Amino acid sequence: MASPATALKVEQVAVHFGGLVALSDMNFSVGEGEIVSLIGPNGAGKTTAFNVVTGFLESTHGSVSYRGTVLNGLRPHQIADLGLIRTFQRTSVFPNDTVYDNLLVGLHRQGRVSLFEAILGLPRARSSQRRLRERASELVEWVGLERRAHDLAGLLSYGEQRLVGVALALAAEPSMLLLDEPVSGMNASETHTFVQLIRNIRDRGVTVLLVEHDMPMVMSVSDRIVVLNYGRIIAEGPPDVIRNDPAVIEAYLGQGATRA
Amino acid sequence: MKLGAAILTIIALASVPLWLRDPYLMNALITTGIFIIGAMSLNLLLGFTGQLSLGHIAFFGIGAYVSALTSLGFDIGLPGGFRIVHDPWPPIAGFLLAIIVAGLCGYLVGLLSFRVRGAYFVIVTISFAEVVRLVALNWIELTQGPLALTNIPSITIGLPELGSLTLRTKLQNYYLVLAVAVAAYVLISRLVHSHFGRAMRGLMENETLAVSVGIDVTKTLTLAAVISAGIAGAAGSLYAHYIRIIDPEVFAFINTVTMVIMVITGGKGSLFGPVIGGMIFGLLPVFLRPIMAPEAQWIAYGGVLIVILFVLPRGIVPSLAQRFAKRWNRSPAAGPVTFSERDAKEPA
Repeated sequence: MASPATALKVEQVAVHFGGLVALSDMNFSVGEGEIVSLIGPNGAGKTTAFNVVTGFLESTHGSVSYRGTVLNGLRPHQIADLGLIRTFQRTSVFPNDTVYDNLLVGLHRQGRVSLFEAILGLPRARSSQRRLRERASELVEWVGLERRAHDLAGLLSYGEQRLVGVALALAAEPSMLLLDEPVSGMNASETHTFVQLIRNIRDRGVTVLLVEHDMPMVMSVSDRIVVLNYGRIIAEGPPDVIRNDPAVIEAYLGQGATRA
Repeated sequence: MKLGAAILTIIALASVPLWLRDPYLMNALITTGIFIIGAMSLNLLLGFTGQLSLGHIAFFGIGAYVSALTSLGFDIGLPGGFRIVHDPWPPIAGFLLAIIVAGLCGYLVGLLSFRVRGAYFVIVTISFAEVVRLVALNWIELTQGPLALTNIPSITIGLPELGSLTLRTKLQNYYLVLAVAVAAYVLISRLVHSHFGRAMRGLMENETLAVSVGIDVTKTLTLAAVISAGIAGAAGSLYAHYIRIIDPEVFAFINTVTMVIMVITGGKGSLFGPVIGGMIFGLLPVFLRPIMAPEAQWIAYGGVLIVILFVLPRGIVPSLAQRFAKRWNRSPAAGPVTFSERDAKEPA
């Protein structure tokens, strides 16, 4: 299989919290248009890795680059500006706004007009507003929340809020989307729909990096899987290889513990 | 607010001097109007970004002093034998400079404190107001200190060729304040409905998420602080040229508290809230004065405040809006203002 151009490259990244090593020497890369999953038991460092890539956390060592741009030292909104957009593990919406208004906030990157144009309501600002509204409606439809568009996001069900979270991320026009445990708390049919959604997103040319616990989901959606345990990568490869990797099985199922 | 309601409100306010002849009440309306402009500017920060500026009166007072000094002129000596001599300029230039200088101060305070925000912003703004008050009190050569700046000229408006008009009477000042208030209202309304306003709201509701979709925290909050401070400076300038005498007491903490009360009772995050809250707490002392002893007035003032917050905890305008919305069986709006209020769809 010819490997596609590298989108995201994580090199020798380590994160220490005082004496605690959350990540040590992590290396992996994600190709353009790939769906890659980062898995591992609780506390393995998956979310830490996510936070480093998206600038919410500064790494102690190593470097992260996206399409040739080094991300170290950039602030989260600057990284978002490069097209690298994330979702959050816990539900994350703007709870006191309608779903539609949530998406209008999410469309921030598309709506930039100068302050004077905005305040004076000049034609460019007006047409930009119109385009944003259209785009917001499209996105609402795309994640299947038309009926909820004018309800407050904070009042939606858990699964619906996760969809709003993804729509928000999509509103920011990502070239790469990082999803942090997107299906946790979803039932089987919601998960199934979500997998279709992820495939759709990828078919639009968006690279996807996924952190997830739901193994059947990960196995079915991923092109490649990176397995973390205790802050280091213990295996990497396509789903079939990972499924049978002894190190992975040991990490998840354990091996007759000698000490309690 | 719908355009029709806005026009009706403006017509109603503009017609007040036609039937109200009492100069004492006119005076109260004008000063209340000036404070409402200040409260609207505070609401931009408090209601739409969630940042509490407890030194907001500093921007107001800076506007007042800048405007007064620009139109009075000054002659000060600086260390090293330098002298700065400024000849009086027209008050309208003072008005514009007041907005610019107050806005610049907003920029500096914002830049300093928004990296950490929250409680730090509150502390920085309180300290800022106190420092500015001390400067006004002690830089006697410039500000006359406690002796006050007096004989501040009234604002003159007009165009070359067309002649000019000096706004000396209460009637003229009433319309001036109304015009500036409407302009400030429109400016704030446009701002909060633009994508800058959405960024502010996003930051207030869920900062982490807002940042993740590319919203720049420092830039957005600083922008709000600059515009808020600029509007407060405009209000201060109006105050200086109307009252025509200012002393360092203008920076008193109680003045900030009054503005905060106006915003909170009217409804923070609601565009019209500070106008309602401002009218109530601007005019309340006027109505209490003839019927109560001075001590009792303050107790009544506090009582009204408590009752309003007890009955309408989210502020008058948002709470009433929600009640009416419920009565008409529309989906209740838990947030004070939504962006799409202007193009609100009918309920499905």
